[in-house]
Amino acid sequence: MIKQRREVLKTGGGLGVLGLLAAAGVIKPELALAAWNEGAFKAGTLEKSLAALGAGKPATSGDISINAPDIAENGAVVPIGVSTTLPKVESISILIEKNPDALAATFKLPEGTEANVQTRCKMGQTSNVYALVKADGKFLMAMKEVKVTLGGCGG
Amino acid sequence: MANPMKIRAAAKDGVTEVKVLMSHEMETGQRKDSSGNLVPAHFITELTATWNGKTVLDAQFGPAVSKNPYLAFKFKGGAKGDKVVVTWKDNKGDSRTDEAAIA
Repeated sequence: MIKQRREVLKTGGGLGVLGLLAAAGVIKPELALAAWNEGAFKAGTLEKSLAALGAGKPATSGDISINAPDIAENGAVVPIGVSTTLPKVESISILIEKNPDALAATFKLPEGTEANVQTRCKMGQTSNVYALVKADGKFLMAMKEVKVTLGGCGG
Repeated sequence: MANPMKIRAAAKDGVTEVKVLMSHEMETGQRKDSSGNLVPAHFITELTATWNGKTVLDAQFGPAVSKNPYLAFKFKGGAKGDKVVVTWKDNKGDSRTDEAAIA
């Protein structure tokens, strides 16, 4: 089991590099709203994912809160919620720094939808979780570390 | 054909809270089966929720979203009996639409 797990992790790393290469060539920031943003989801590292989302280096905001456990026993199912009191929120994205591809999910919020979403993500290992919020045309970010005792890469 | 979603929508003080539980493998494409072959990626990529024909949430998922994804969100408005419709699409072109009445 453990050996297999290592292989899986290694392969994961390999795919990450491929993703990087792909992203380096075909990054289309904020592609059409409807289409799946492949460039961002396969960007790999946190920095590349942020770049692919068109966020660059967002400032940290104290008005964004990440509702996630400090310690997640099972990395396959980590509840992560993001809420913010910022006005005019257009989108919320969840990024997990140490996953093979950092971007986990992104939500576009039309007017009238509250800036408060919850979902569950997989985490390969202990990592910083970032919430990226686009509000009033500007990107802002918050971070929380989630410790994982059992990785979720193996599914 | 994918299994139906479980959708709960409840209106309270002018705000409707929607909870969706989808039934999907969410295979990352990084896992190997017992004979060492990579299991191909199979995951939900897009999800749209509408209320009375108006989009209230437009989400995109990566394979890092957990198996049988859960999603909760809130929107302003919504009355008892109104329909909330959720549609997802996965990377293999499969899709599923389910609806629920606001309670």
